[in-house]
Amino acid sequence: MALSGLEIYKLLPKTNCKECGFPTCLAFAMKLAAKQAELVACPYVSEEAKAALAAAAAPPIRLITISSNGKKIEVGNETVMFRHEKTFYHEPGLLVRVKDTQPLEEFEAIVTRAASYSVERVGMELSVSGLAVENASGDPTLFTECIESLRAIAKLPLVLMSKNPAAMEAAVTKLKGAVPLLYAADKDNWQAMAEVAKKHKLPLAVREGGGLTALANLVEQVKGAGVEDIVLDPGARGPVDSLISLTQLRRLALKKNFRLLGYPIITFPGEGAASEAEEAALAAQHIAKYSGFVVFDHFDPATMYSLLTLRLNIYTDPQKPIQMEPGVYEFGEPTVDSPLLTTTNFSLTYFSVAGELESAGIPSWLLVCDSEGMSVLTGWAAGNFDAEVIAKMVKQFNVANKIAHRKIVIPGLVAVISGELEDELSGWEVRVGPREAVDIPAYLKLWQS
Amino acid sequence: MPVTVEIPKEKWTGSVREVTLGATAEQGGTRAKMVTVGGETTLPFLHFEGKMPNPPAIAIEIQDHYPEDWSPLLKEAWGDALSDPATWAEKAEGYGADIIMLKLRGADNEGNQTTPQEAAATVEKVLAATGLPLIVRGPGQAELDNELLVAVAEAAKGERIVLGLCEDKNYRTIVAAALAHSQLVISSTPMDVNLSKQLVILISDMALPLNRILMDPTTGALGYGIEYGYSVMERLRIAALTGDAMTQQPMICFVGEESWRQKESKAGEGVPEAWGDWAKRGVTWEAMTATTLLQSGADIVTLRHPETVGIVKGFIVKLMAGS
Repeated sequence: MALSGLEIYKLLPKTNCKECGFPTCLAFAMKLAAKQAELVACPYVSEEAKAALAAAAAPPIRLITISSNGKKIEVGNETVMFRHEKTFYHEPGLLVRVKDTQPLEEFEAIVTRAASYSVERVGMELSVSGLAVENASGDPTLFTECIESLRAIAKLPLVLMSKNPAAMEAAVTKLKGAVPLLYAADKDNWQAMAEVAKKHKLPLAVREGGGLTALANLVEQVKGAGVEDIVLDPGARGPVDSLISLTQLRRLALKKNFRLLGYPIITFPGEGAASEAEEAALAAQHIAKYSGFVVFDHFDPATMYSLLTLRLNIYTDPQKPIQMEPGVYEFGEPTVDSPLLTTTNFSLTYFSVAGELESAGIPSWLLVCDSEGMSVLTGWAAGNFDAEVIAKMVKQFNVANKIAHRKIVIPGLVAVISGELEDELSGWEVRVGPREAVDIPAYLKLWQS
Repeated sequence: MPVTVEIPKEKWTGSVREVTLGATAEQGGTRAKMVTVGGETTLPFLHFEGKMPNPPAIAIEIQDHYPEDWSPLLKEAWGDALSDPATWAEKAEGYGADIIMLKLRGADNEGNQTTPQEAAATVEKVLAATGLPLIVRGPGQAELDNELLVAVAEAAKGERIVLGLCEDKNYRTIVAAALAHSQLVISSTPMDVNLSKQLVILISDMALPLNRILMDPTTGALGYGIEYGYSVMERLRIAALTGDAMTQQPMICFVGEESWRQKESKAGEGVPEAWGDWAKRGVTWEAMTATTLLQSGADIVTLRHPETVGIVKGFIVKLMAGS
C-alpha cells in the first residue's frame, strides 16, 4: 500500500539539506508520494527508511508467474475488491487436472483435448491456460513418467501436485524450460517442499485448511525457509466456504496490507462440487471472486467455452469499453448492388453482427458508426446512435460512392428513428432490419435492391 | 511469536428492503405460499459479517401463447406444456419454481393482438393452476402494456402479484393499477445506478410503498454484456448497504430471456466445434449467467430451462449454508 507524503517525511532525515534538489525534506516527500522523484536522490536516507519505502511500494498481492515454452500464467497484483473500482488485471489461469493413476491412454487423451482446445471470441483466441498433474499414486517414478508423456504432447504451464517432496524433486529435475507451480507445502512436509522450491527457484503453494491464522503462520515458516513466490490454498472447497475465505484473503491483502497472506490463491472447484454442473458454477464463482489458479477435474468444451467467456467479461476493463474503428467494413466481396447495413462500434455488437454477415454467404457492406462504444439501444438512448449520427457517418465515410442503390438497413431495435433518418438523408430509403443479429442471414436472403 | 489474523468485517449501516410477493388466504389472496426476498445486511452470502434472511428466489418464465421463437432446446424440454399457460405453470411448480413469471406476448401466433379480457383470463387460469406468487410482464410496448396490465391487476385483486415493467417513459399507469389493486411493480432501468435510483423515487412519489417495488437493473447474458449488469448491481448493492434508501430494493434479473436469445443457446448447427455440445451449452449459459449475477446481488432470477432450475437451486442451497 502506498505511503502518504507525511508518512514518507517521517522516514527522511528532516535536515532540509536541499541536496535532493528540493527545498525541504517535506517537499521531497510529497514528490516521492506522487512518484515524481526517486529515493536515491537523498544521500542521507537510512537503510531502515529504504526498506520501509521499498516494502510499501511492493504490490499488496504478489505477482506470481508460471511458464512453459513461452506460454505463461501471471496472476496477482490485484488492487481492488470490485471491478468497478478500477479493474481486475490478471485473469486467473484455467487449468485441467490429470492424475498419474489414470490409464495412460485416458491420461493422454485428456491432455491432448485440453491442450489443443482453442475458441475465438470477439476477435480473440481463448484457450486452456495450463495443466495440473497429480501424483495420486504416491510413486515418484510413475509421477515423473506421466509428466514426461504429458510434455511429449503439450507444453503448457504446469502445476505439479504431490505430497511427497522426493517425487517433486524428481519431477522438477526432469522439467526443462518450464517454471511450474509446486503444490503443495502443508504442515507436515513444508520444510522439505520449501527446500525443493528454493533450490529450483519455483513458486510453491501453501495448503492449510485450519483457518487463516494457521495459514499465515505456515506461510511465515515457508518464507523463513527462503521461498519468496507463494500461492495460497486456504483449504475451503464448497461454494460458501470458498467465497468467504477468498473474500477474507483479498480484504486482508488489500485493506490491511497483510503481507503473509498477500498472494494469489489456487482453487479446485471439482473437489467442492457434487456434479459437473456444480463444478462449472463454482468455477464461475472463483473467476468472479478472487481465485488466481482454477484447477478443473473435468474438461468439456461447452463448459470451458462458457468459463473462458465469463473470464473475458469479468476481466474487461470497465473504464474502457472495447470499441471498433468506425468506418465501412466489407463482408464477402460486395459490389455496388450489395446490401448496406449499419450498427454501432461497441465491439460486442460489431462482432455479433459481423459473425452473422460472414456466415450469411451474401456479400454486404456494414457501416460501423461511432456510438462511443455503446450498444444499439444504449447508444440510441444516449444520443450516440440516432438519425443525426448515422447520417453524419454516411457522409463522413462516402458511403454513397460505394453503392449504386440508396438503401440503408438499420437495426430493428431503433426502428423508431427510420423517419428521422429519411429526413436527414434525402433520397435514401431506410429499411428496418431484424432486432437480433442472429436473424440477419434470413433477412439478407429476402433483401432486394 | 506466532501471528494472529484478525478477520476484517465490513460494518454496513444500511440493508436491503424486504419485499413479499403473493398473498395467502389470511392476507386476502389465494396463494398457497408467499415469497419474501431482500433483507440483506451484507454482500451476497458473506454470512460471517451480516444477515441474508431470505434465499434468492427462482422464478420460471411462462408465456400466454406458444413461444414459436424459443430455442428448440426449450421446446423439447417443456413439450406440449408450452401451448397452455396453466399446464406450463403447474409443471414449472413441479420443477421447483418459487415464483411464476408470466410474460404476455402481446399477440397470438396468428398475429391477433391480445385483448385486456384475454390477458385477465390467462392470469386467472394461471392463478388457479398454481399456488405460487405471480409476476406478470407486458409485451414491452407502452400502450399495450398499460391496457393489459390494468386488466391483469384488477383480475388478480388481493393476490399481491408483481406488474412489470415500469420504465421512465411509462410507469404511471402501471403504478396506478398497482395502487388501486394492492399489487407490486418492477422498476426497470438500463444498466445505470442513477437512473435506477431515480425511477424508484418517481414511483414512490406516486405513494406506492417501497416494500412493493422490485428493481430490474437490466441483465446482460454471459458473453453479451453480463459484466455491465454485474458491476451496476454491485454498485447498487454497496449503495444500499451504505444507507442510500432509494437503492435498497431487491433486484430481479431476467436471466432466461437474455441467455436464451443468444446464438450460443439458440443455434445447434453452423457454430464452431469448440462451442461443445449444444444442449449442455444452452443450460450452462443460462446457469452461469444466473449464478454469476447471484454473486452481485440478484434476489430473484427468472429462468427458462428446467435443468437450469435444478442447478441454480442446488447452488443457492449451498451458498445459504451457514446463514
